[in-house]
This record gives sequence, structure tokens and C-alpha cells, in this order.
Amino acid sequence: MPVSVNNSRLIYEALKACDVRIVSALPETWLVHLIRMAEEDPEMTLVRLAKEEEGIGISAGAHLAGVNSALLMQNHGFFAAINPIVSLALLYKIPLLMIITHRGYWGEKDPWQTQGGLVTESLLRALNIPYFHLTKPEETQRRIKDAQTLSHASLHPVAVLLTRELMWEE
Amino acid sequence: MLRYEAIETIYPDLRDHIVVTIMGAVAAELYTAGHRPNFFYLEHAMGLASSMGLGIALAIPRHKVIVLDGDGSLLMNLGTLSTMARYKPGNLLHIVFDNESLLSVGGFPTATSTGTDLAGIARASGVPVVREANTLESLRESVQAALASNTLTTIISKVEAIGPKSFHMDLPLLENRFQFKRALEALQKQAEA
Repeated sequence: MPVSVNNSRLIYEALKACDVRIVSALPETWLVHLIRMAEEDPEMTLVRLAKEEEGIGISAGAHLAGVNSALLMQNHGFFAAINPIVSLALLYKIPLLMIITHRGYWGEKDPWQTQGGLVTESLLRALNIPYFHLTKPEETQRRIKDAQTLSHASLHPVAVLLTRELMWEE
Repeated sequence: MLRYEAIETIYPDLRDHIVVTIMGAVAAELYTAGHRPNFFYLEHAMGLASSMGLGIALAIPRHKVIVLDGDGSLLMNLGTLSTMARYKPGNLLHIVFDNESLLSVGGFPTATSTGTDLAGIARASGVPVVREANTLESLRESVQAALASNTLTTIISKVEAIGPKSFHMDLPLLENRFQFKRALEALQKQAEA
């Protein structure tokens, strides 16, 4: 599977540098290495979800208990979580660090991902969620740390969008 | 059994623990029984009180977390049972008041009124201890047993579809949110001391 192990490792190390201790996730091809890294790390609690909505509740609970968390999800999972993003995270001013794979974006070969790819950014903008497309490995650590810092300062969700450029090797 | 009586009966067992409730009648009734800074009322995001409870339970395993859920909310997030069962935090107690109704939004019947068995779903999801408690005595006994056991427990309690006249609580959402976070910090400091 040509998902980049090296760049997945960089993202995982960036999460560790942010003192993230709980990661909730639903598998998707681009996230396989990241999820495996979380699973193999004894310091990390990996919560495998049935649906992404649950992850918003888990991160909200972790935040109120004083523990940093992150969400790993596909953009379609972000769509599934929009109600609790609005009615829990935005309503109660809960910071969320959302790491979202932007499927259906530049270079996408799977036709079934393309509709989601087209609406991802406009939905993030509609929700007033700041986002950044991560394309360069050397920017990974800084951008993820900056996302978490803004999230905590603003008590607001932020999104780091993972791109095919970063995640896929062929 | 009236849910208000049920909440009053178990209140002494809840008061010193972290409690997360669903919106509407359950929140208003617990608030009326006596608000505590360690109580959080999730006034929207239906279905996610149990996910929040799971997040807290996993984040601070030394502290007991009690979720007050309802049939309508749980039916909106049945996957929460399989996720809780997967990680089985022993410090999490999940109490579901089943009034077979979406009482807070007009009283429409839920699927438990036509035979859906939440206790059966919880058992089949792998929750290690599932109890049905339909009297005040059995509810209190079940809550105490669960808190003493250090085993993830779901309690299903059938209650009448009767709620408070008003859902008003003199507690803005954000005040509750910041107060609750402070209370959780204080609990942790207390435990470390």
C-alpha cells in the first residue's frame, strides 16, 4: 500500500510533540500507518470509533478532564460529525484538533471520493473552522503545533487537511 | 417509577462523582435535585453524553464517571455501546432512563415502546455488566454495586414518561462548562494530594 510511512511518522511525532494522549479514529486508507502507530504506542489511548460523531464527544470529555486529544478522520467522517461539531464543540467552546484526510482533492483517482472533496473546504468555511492543507513534510510539526495552539487559545475546532501529495507515494 | 424520584434516590451516590447528563428533563431534574460543579448537562448534541463520559473516563481513570442517558438519546448513538464495551473503562457507569418517549420534544414514542430492548443491545454489544432496575430499591442497589465493582456497567431503568413543568435552569451553558472543567481539575488535585 503506497501510503507514506515516513510522512505518517512525521504526523504522529507532531501529535506526540503536542502532548496528545488520546486519539480517536475511524480507519481510512491514508490513515492506516497513523492508526497503527497510535495502537503500538503504550503512552497513547487509541479509541476506535463506530462513527466519527462519537469522537467529538470523546475529545470534549478529554478536554474538560485536562487531557489533549486529536481526531483522525476522513473528510466524509468530518461530514458525519457536523452536528456535534456545532452543537457540542462550537456551542460549548471546546477546542478540537481534527486531522482530516482530504480525499477527492488534487490527484484523486477514486471517483466516489470526488463529491466529498469538492465540498470539504466550503463546509469548513461555513463552520468558521480554520484549516490548512499540509503538503510538505518539513512543515508537519510546525503546522500541527500551530493548529493546536490556535485551537486552545480560541477554544474552537481547527482542521489540518492531509493531502495526497503528503500521504501517497507512487 | 418516576424519573425524578429515581434521580433523588441515587443522588447521594452521584453527588461526589463526575456526572454527565443528556439534555431536557434529565438535566432539569438533576439540577433541581441539587446542582454540583462536578455535574455537566449536555444540552444538545443528542446521543453524545455517553461519548463524553467515555472520553472523561479514559482521560482520568482514577475518577468515577456517571452518565445519565435516555432511550431517545441512546437510540441516536447505539455505536456508543460497542465503543464503550471495546475499552471497558471500569470507572464508567452508564445509567439509561427509558421512558419509551421523546418526552422533551413532544412525547413521541421511541422504538423501545414497540419492543426494542436496550438492555439486550447493551449485552450483545459486549458491555460486561448490564442490569435492569425498575424499582427505586433495585436502582439504588445497582448503582452502588456498579460503583463498588470497578466494572463498566449499563443500567436500564424503565420510568414513566413524565417530566418537569419547566426545563429552566439558572445556569448558562458556558458557566456550566467552565465550572465543570475547574471542578475536574480540583478533583484531580485532591486525588494527587
